[in-house]
Amino acid sequence: MKIIVKTAIRISLMVLVIAGFYSCKPKKATNVVQGDAASKVYVAPGKLDEVYMFASGGFSGQVAVYGIPSGRLLRQIPVFSVNPENAWGYSEETKPMLNTTKGMIPWDDSHHPVLSKTGGNDDGRWLFINANNTPRIARIDLTTFKTAEIIELPNTGGNHASPYCTENTEYVVGASRFSVPPDETEVAINTYKQNFKGVVNFIKVDKESGHMNLAFQLDVPAIDYDLARAGKGVSHGWLFFSSYNSEQANTLLEVNASQKDKDFIMAVNWKKAEEYLAQGKGVKKPANYYHNLYDESKHMATSELMKEVMTLDARALKDICYYMPCPKSPHGCDVSPTGEYIVASGKLAATIPVFSYKKMMAAIEGKQFEGEFDGISVLKYDAVLAGEVQKPGLGPLHTEFDQNGFAYTSFFVSSEVVKWKVETREIVDRIPTYYSIGHLCAVQGDSKQPFGKYLVALNKITKDRYLPTGPELCQSAQLIDITGEKMKLLLDFPTIGEPHYAQMIQADLLIKNQRKVYKLEENKHPYFAGNEKEAKVERKGNEVHVYITAIRSHFTPDNIEGVKVGDDVYFHVTNLEQDWDVPHGFAVKGAGNSELLIMPGETQTLKWTPKTPGVYPMYCTDFCSALHQEMQGYVRVSPAGSSTPMSFSTGNTAAAK
Amino acid sequence: MKLKTSSRLIVLLCALSMSVAYFSSVWKIELEAPQYPEGLKMEIWVNDIKGDISSINNLNHYIGMSTIHVEDFPEFKILPVLLAIMIAWGILAAALNTRKALFSWVLFLILVAAVASVDFWLWEYKYGHNLDPHAAIKIPGMSYQPPLIGYKELLNFLAGSLPDTGGYFIIVPAVISAGVLWMEHFIFSKKT
Repeated sequence: MKIIVKTAIRISLMVLVIAGFYSCKPKKATNVVQGDAASKVYVAPGKLDEVYMFASGGFSGQVAVYGIPSGRLLRQIPVFSVNPENAWGYSEETKPMLNTTKGMIPWDDSHHPVLSKTGGNDDGRWLFINANNTPRIARIDLTTFKTAEIIELPNTGGNHASPYCTENTEYVVGASRFSVPPDETEVAINTYKQNFKGVVNFIKVDKESGHMNLAFQLDVPAIDYDLARAGKGVSHGWLFFSSYNSEQANTLLEVNASQKDKDFIMAVNWKKAEEYLAQGKGVKKPANYYHNLYDESKHMATSELMKEVMTLDARALKDICYYMPCPKSPHGCDVSPTGEYIVASGKLAATIPVFSYKKMMAAIEGKQFEGEFDGISVLKYDAVLAGEVQKPGLGPLHTEFDQNGFAYTSFFVSSEVVKWKVETREIVDRIPTYYSIGHLCAVQGDSKQPFGKYLVALNKITKDRYLPTGPELCQSAQLIDITGEKMKLLLDFPTIGEPHYAQMIQADLLIKNQRKVYKLEENKHPYFAGNEKEAKVERKGNEVHVYITAIRSHFTPDNIEGVKVGDDVYFHVTNLEQDWDVPHGFAVKGAGNSELLIMPGETQTLKWTPKTPGVYPMYCTDFCSALHQEMQGYVRVSPAGSSTPMSFSTGNTAAAK
Repeated sequence: MKLKTSSRLIVLLCALSMSVAYFSSVWKIELEAPQYPEGLKMEIWVNDIKGDISSINNLNHYIGMSTIHVEDFPEFKILPVLLAIMIAWGILAAALNTRKALFSWVLFLILVAAVASVDFWLWEYKYGHNLDPHAAIKIPGMSYQPPLIGYKELLNFLAGSLPDTGGYFIIVPAVISAGVLWMEHFIFSKKT
């Protein structure tokens, strides 16, 4: 009996002790949404969002457009990846846009959308975005939301520190994340230090047309350039790049590029570089890269091979580039709205260093160097530092700003956003994110006059935040209200691909410039049919060109005969509509191609090489009208060498005998 | 009988202000539908038809209405001349400075308004009823004549027929001039 009582007491004690351990477990940050969050993100049916958000697609290669605060997906703009939905990369007109020195590439990894600027503020004209894998920069026209231009960057590996633009969009830049030897040079990989090069590409942007050209390349030491921002206001004329791998490792960078206490922020005086170019200090070098331009009046792209690039050597011309030491593999490198502070976020660092432009200029003037790295002067850390944000969190990545003197920094490892005062560097608030935030973006948060109001956290991991969809889960954006002293979580919404970065802009700046239709009288497409009388079929050898028109609700012609197996048939479809939101689609059975989606007033071309004889239906794929289902026709394909005469018609109801 | 100086001045100004109708649309037909929240507009000028004509023509093909082309209307050759006569007659009335001349002008304006209304109604009738028998959409008994003035439902469209800027610059001066005539006749003549 006694033994039973003793045993019972012992068991109870053990249970109590174990329970005690559990009760010591600290509570997790709670995920409480404030009561008025719903009303702040509710955009009533028929009402418009206040802000556009342009998010990169990451491994989707595209750009996604969202309305904020609702988080509604408005559109996906195809850029570096093919998109059969609207024939991007499939129509004859758009194929040249994806041409590179390595041939037509159907995909890329798009990272950083950057809005064009005038006077340091977003002007709503263009959106630039980089391709990281096969280095390119694209320009999207924000009147049409269409990719208008893509330029390839020669002798570059990993175009990651890109396409940040200067105060008046004088340049967009692209710096190499993966230093490489010059194109088509093969060397032993372990000769990295001797043979590999880093480059910064300067793409000049035409003020009126937006047309890009590679003005010059700056040769810089071979390390990994990561992100960049242009100076503005007081620091206009400079660019700042974060970098890692100052160890110059070529293998197991995870360990080997994390050895040194400090890597660099590279400050580039691009006005000085322009002076050297004017003095003839540049060296022209042979290079191969493609420049692809979409002509809006011809509705087609051309791809031109460029053969030369102007280069400047930053090691020889000493006062273009300076290195500022920065703790532990910095990622973000962000310039405050005044242009005075450069905020660097060392991914593995315990503080956020804030550099002063004024102090940097004084240090350059006073030659306060701690030495050189591969020919580039390294400034003394203490001489350029304004101060550090102490104990901010773990894994700082990227910082943006509001209009009230506050900075917002994302922390990947501790999964949070930290708000701090730019002038004093004191932390005022922090909010958890779900989970593992990468970049963040505030409305016009990288400009001279941020708009504030909303902040979006771009999260890499979602786990339990949405309904599960198998092993592959969506990425997520989280909308945070930054109007008050305390940040407030408002909304989660899933995103397309993996947005690395996004930019937000007040909708009013874009709405007024929207194009609704392409004017038929301005259509200069060589295979344009401006009305149904101009519709026709022409044979040139084994090429058959069909000039076909689409209008609610018929094609002209819609009965075509005389096509033979092995012919290359080109359907040049002109949408004769001049009404907003009346696109027509075009598809042919078994065409081995995508469909076309033709905007009002536009001409687009589908190529088809029929392989077997038969009668092939064609039809409109975009529900255009009450009689959309009737918008159909037939192509008769006869065996090769047969004598079926070429004929075409619409509305000919006479039956054959 | 002579007019009061103020009456003469008003009549002159009224006649001159009618010339605004050369530079803006006189009448408008507006079409609104669920798919066209922004609306479609046809503007009738003294010498032209403007606005979303190609869109309206394209939509009308469903019901078999014939397409609208400015060349099909002799009215656009006559109207500019008619407007010139209206203005000149008004100026003349002010210059002649007699109540009879003013009376003749107002009478002329009323006549023009009556003839124009009839012509416009016939024009609307013709387009609203003269439909292609092979049209895709046929609704027994349905015609598509827009109202002479005001609003009317035509299938999914709400059609409105109203004066436009230039029209108001004809109607308002005409009404004022008639008012001047009335005052000259009934008020000022009793005082003297």
